[in-house]
Amino acid sequence: MYSQALNTKDTAAADSSPQADRFQARIDAEERIEPNDWMPDAYRRTLIRQISQHAHSEIVGMLPEGNWITRAPSLRRKAALLAKVQDEGGHGLYLYSAAETLGVSREELTDQLLSGRAKYSSIFNYPTLSWADIGTIGWLVDGAAIMNQIPLCRCSFGPYARAMIRVCREESFHQRQGYEIMLTLCRGTAEQKAMAQDALNRWWWPCLMMFGPPDTESAHSDTSMRWKIKRFTNDALRQKFVDATVPQGHFLGLTFPDPDLRFDEAAGHWRFGTIDWDEFRRVLAGNGPCNRERLSARQKAHADGAWVREAALAHAAKHRKAA
Amino acid sequence: MSATPLWEVFVRARNGLAHKHVGSVHAADATMALQAARDVYTRRGEGLSLWVVPSNAIIASDPSDRDMLFEPTGSKIYRHPTFYEVPDEVGHM
Amino acid sequence: MATTSITIDETPRVRSFLALADDALILGHRTSEWTGHAPTLEEELALANIALDLIGQARALYQATGYAEDELAYLRDPPQFRNALLAELPNGDFAFTIARLFLVSVASDLLWRGAMGSDDPDLAAIAAKAEKETAYHVRHTAEWLIRLGDGTGESHRRAQDAIETLWAYTGEVTAGIDRAAWLRVVSPILVRATLTQPADGWMQSGGRDGRHTEHLGHLLAEMQILPRSYPGAVW
Repeated sequence: MYSQALNTKDTAAADSSPQADRFQARIDAEERIEPNDWMPDAYRRTLIRQISQHAHSEIVGMLPEGNWITRAPSLRRKAALLAKVQDEGGHGLYLYSAAETLGVSREELTDQLLSGRAKYSSIFNYPTLSWADIGTIGWLVDGAAIMNQIPLCRCSFGPYARAMIRVCREESFHQRQGYEIMLTLCRGTAEQKAMAQDALNRWWWPCLMMFGPPDTESAHSDTSMRWKIKRFTNDALRQKFVDATVPQGHFLGLTFPDPDLRFDEAAGHWRFGTIDWDEFRRVLAGNGPCNRERLSARQKAHADGAWVREAALAHAAKHRKAA
Repeated sequence: MSATPLWEVFVRARNGLAHKHVGSVHAADATMALQAARDVYTRRGEGLSLWVVPSNAIIASDPSDRDMLFEPTGSKIYRHPTFYEVPDEVGHM
Repeated sequence: MATTSITIDETPRVRSFLALADDALILGHRTSEWTGHAPTLEEELALANIALDLIGQARALYQATGYAEDELAYLRDPPQFRNALLAELPNGDFAFTIARLFLVSVASDLLWRGAMGSDDPDLAAIAAKAEKETAYHVRHTAEWLIRLGDGTGESHRRAQDAIETLWAYTGEVTAGIDRAAWLRVVSPILVRATLTQPADGWMQSGGRDGRHTEHLGHLLAEMQILPRSYPGAVW
């Protein structure tokens, strides 16, 4: 999900030393792995990559929604949106903390993001053009995130699972906040309803892409599933999301921008059209509407804050000496 | 530039409970670490007391010593009340 | 029509509530502008907490006037705002943001402490809650100001610049309280921050009477755009 770019196959995954066998046996027995425990290098690398991509997504995700904090149309909405975007910063922080238990520093991870080497969720490279986008992000993007994050609460790596429990508990208000905005718009004026429909039209397909490439192309799924870092495949989660979301959209009186969307009575699932995977790969590769803007905003915040971080360290050093 | 130190954060949810580890923060010194812990980890009424400890001050047991350290105690069942037989007529003891 | 600004019957009570509420809203709005751009991730959360406290204080005060909070926030023109000029100045750098929050928070805290004993039960209740929030704002910003002032050469220069620029706007925020009491809190922190306290000279004012800086119009144009563009809509 938030680590959808994780497609490279780790060859070391096929390690079959006695240590690796014991490790796998612990995983199979649903034991949690803790930071100081022995773990295969590939498990460690996979986790660092996944957790940090997840953290980067939270941090970059603050920007599209932050874009509307100063224009929120009521004080109640302003407070809720600010609290929600703050939560995202908090979630990024919890996740960086979890990644740091694996022996990588916040500075290194930040550097990977700012230098463009690390990926983050493609969804945040789309612009928020109207207030309805804030509703849509809460309803769809957070809805999709929750689908993925609930199983992560049972992830085999203890610190990641514990961080996700905290994240899921805090996020429970995010999706409701978004849906309430949509409901208010859809029950409002014709202009407001048109705003809501336009936002759904723009966000629907990118949201389906959030779950990552189809299972047939997702090379990492097998290993991640065996290690219980991941418990459901991309396609299974995507279907679950569509099944949950389509009736919610119809309740709002909105239509989905997919002529092939229909309910399959026999299977009990909503069937959807073909996702434009070229667009997905293009955005992930850096050519989405906002990739450059998002990254440069993070780079600027980091560069502008350098003197502040240096001042805090300099002060601490002086007073350590004085003490 | 050197890295901003890492601190482990412990929160007491309410009086009567022990402080529990909740995560970590980065801060240049202890005062700012405590404020960061407050701002990050107690936004929903999670706590009434906070500890921050420099992460590098924690001395941890080695997981590979687990059997040596913790297994021998498994056979000392006489340390548990259920080891001893007391007739039902005696009542709760 | 709802785009037309509302008119307020500014009784002395409403006027005094609006001054407090507008200070909190405008400063909360400015603080919220940092979201996504703060110098550290920890400070992102700290600044958002402060902004949320201020917006919450503004809402409670608006509600106590008997007018709808959103009409007061979104349907008044700049001359109808009663906030001190200090609150509306653009954020500047982190030193300016911290120094401003510190100077205002010290004044607010003194004010809330006085208001806790007010005969007006609404004000007394709001003050009791706001004082605790504000006391933390004072503590957080004071600690930062000390670190910036007594940090590196660059941070000292930025903090000193901020204090000097802001000083002329502090007369308005201490007008309702005892300035000597305010200085008894501010001066020792400036000393610990190794910053030079500017002399009290000519002070900027006008905000309480609706004569604002050029910046408030831009702030409100952004903040009010949706309610002004879609008259009567519910959000």
